[in-house]
Amino acid sequence: MVGSLTREDLSSLSGSLPTYGINSILYQRGIYPPETFTRVQKYGLTLLVTTDPELKNYLNNVVEQMKEWLYKCIVQRLVVVISSIENNEVLERWQFDIECDKTAKDESAPREKSQKAIQDEIRSVIRQITATVTFLPLLETACAFDLLIYTDKDLAVPEKWEESGPQFIANSEEVRLRSFTTTIHKVNSMVAYKKDSFP
Amino acid sequence: PCPGAGPAQRAVDSGMPGPSPAAGLSPMKPANRSHSSSKTPSRTPGKPGSKIQSTPTKAGGDRYIPNRSTLQMEMANFLLTKENDPAEESPTKKEQQKAWAVNLNGFDIEEAKILRLSGKPQNAPEGYQNNLKVLYSQKTTPGSSRKNGRYIPSMPDRILDAPEIRNDYYLNLIDWSSQNFLAVALDNSVYLWNHTSGEIIQLLQMEHPDDYVSSVSWIKEGNYLAVGTSNAEVQLWDIQHQKRLRNMISHSSRVGSLSWNSYILSSGARAGHIHHHDVRVAEHHVATLAGHTQEVCGLKWSLDGRYLASGGNDNLVNIWPCTQGDSGDFAPVQTFSQHQGAVKAVAWCPWQSNVLATGGGTSDRHIRIWNVCSGTCLSAVDAHSQVCSILWSTNYKEFISGHGFAQNQLVIWKYPTMAKVTELRGHTARVLNLTMSPDGATVASAAADETLRLWRCFEMDPIKKKEKEKANSAKSSIIHQGIR
Repeated sequence: MVGSLTREDLSSLSGSLPTYGINSILYQRGIYPPETFTRVQKYGLTLLVTTDPELKNYLNNVVEQMKEWLYKCIVQRLVVVISSIENNEVLERWQFDIECDKTAKDESAPREKSQKAIQDEIRSVIRQITATVTFLPLLETACAFDLLIYTDKDLAVPEKWEESGPQFIANSEEVRLRSFTTTIHKVNSMVAYKKDSFP
Repeated sequence: PCPGAGPAQRAVDSGMPGPSPAAGLSPMKPANRSHSSSKTPSRTPGKPGSKIQSTPTKAGGDRYIPNRSTLQMEMANFLLTKENDPAEESPTKKEQQKAWAVNLNGFDIEEAKILRLSGKPQNAPEGYQNNLKVLYSQKTTPGSSRKNGRYIPSMPDRILDAPEIRNDYYLNLIDWSSQNFLAVALDNSVYLWNHTSGEIIQLLQMEHPDDYVSSVSWIKEGNYLAVGTSNAEVQLWDIQHQKRLRNMISHSSRVGSLSWNSYILSSGARAGHIHHHDVRVAEHHVATLAGHTQEVCGLKWSLDGRYLASGGNDNLVNIWPCTQGDSGDFAPVQTFSQHQGAVKAVAWCPWQSNVLATGGGTSDRHIRIWNVCSGTCLSAVDAHSQVCSILWSTNYKEFISGHGFAQNQLVIWKYPTMAKVTELRGHTARVLNLTMSPDGATVASAAADETLRLWRCFEMDPIKKKEKEKANSAKSSIIHQGIR
């Protein structure tokens, strides 16, 4: 399989990070009850994916649209925003910067990176999400999440989508996670969280 | 240049990378590109900088305007183009603005838009609590080391000598009156210690040297003291005159426990019988309660006078009604047989009239809380030591228990959580009895080490105390008005 990956394959590879990344964040940060998640074997990891039909549907809608944009190379960034339900304060912000190699757009030349190597990189990102739970502050209140996708300026906003602000955290601490590349997309990850008000 | 030229040019650039010389630049650097392409697009699209600036001066020989050098053409040109295209600013300024925007927003507003799917994903179900909270928030185990909001001195407030106090589990040798007298039975005498003045009075001494006082109990008003003796007598003493009023004989064995219910004095004897004495009439013995087969060592009327609780050496707890049944005999309404040892500690909860606490002896070591109406055991806790006495606090939702081997300690418990609040240590032999001062702040413990220790363990919060006093004084003033 090495070297014979098509652009579709690669886009779906980088598209699988949002799916599993978002699910991992929702599970690891306890946004939804753990009993609503099921285990899935992927990339040699046991990943948790929600079984809640409504949430699943919502995530599918976002990810499918995002895959399309990834294919067109017009996605710049995916952000998972975690905010308190009570006062809508943003408590955590997971940011995945996606650098698209636009020159690869029309080329059909095979890329010189094996699927396995890419999966290894995705795996390490998801592992890092899991590992960050140990240093991220506990989410004391009930939280909701939101997904922001940064796209190119000239993209026509599709139906059911709307423009949003960046939803930053006022006083935040940032931690960079590993990056991975599929040769078309390079993904840099970062998590920002609200600093403790009491030092 | 017309105002629309810049963006239009840019759109072309990004669409067709080939022909434009600006495409050599990376598409990720828009500032450079827009600068170079919109300055003088019609003339020299590929060459920025020096050439543009030299253009106006070169065109010098115009016949309509003979001397251009005085007209500040460069300035005019700059102002004109600036007016037409306000976005056209110096490249450094533009760069700076972009840097600002990136710093402030984390992205270039010109370059990206942020999209989200309309509507919010549903929230987690109502009442769901992040279970990481359970994992990561450190909570002290309920009960063991809960912080209580008050200071409890670990040392006794006072220590009094109690020489020759009888080390007998089945006797009840101290009692504190509402007039603040502490009655202590020391072998064959009874002493009164006035807590306010510190004065000590010897109230009585048994005539026969082999006899001893086995129990003492104050009437609620505090002016009479009932004394049970080893020769089966129940005596009634007037404190003011230090005189014996009555000697009531009905039992056949020593009287180890006494309890008052207004004018009825109940006495428990070694034979297991409980007698009711009506102290007002000559025929004082009005009832016999036969529910124990061995010595009655714990005896307490409930505060509302509806039930009498008795504990015996037969490991039973009986709850008696205040009136006899249809047959004319007294029968217990409840009998609890869960204790595995003699039940001496018996105490009614002051704020829940049907709740009773009992404690078992060496072979049982448990404190049990009962609902006497339903007959259920509300809770049971292993005290790991003989329970000699239990007292409920009137100031806090707590009770205190006195113990024997091995620590000879007093333990304060929270109710209803049954959490240990603190332990008071100091006695070197087992605690025999506990009694509480009329204000509820001090607990006196008599122990086999021949000492009496006074613990200020239920001292009320000064603010609450004031409120209570205020409420009391308000009440009394109402009474006075009524009398007038």
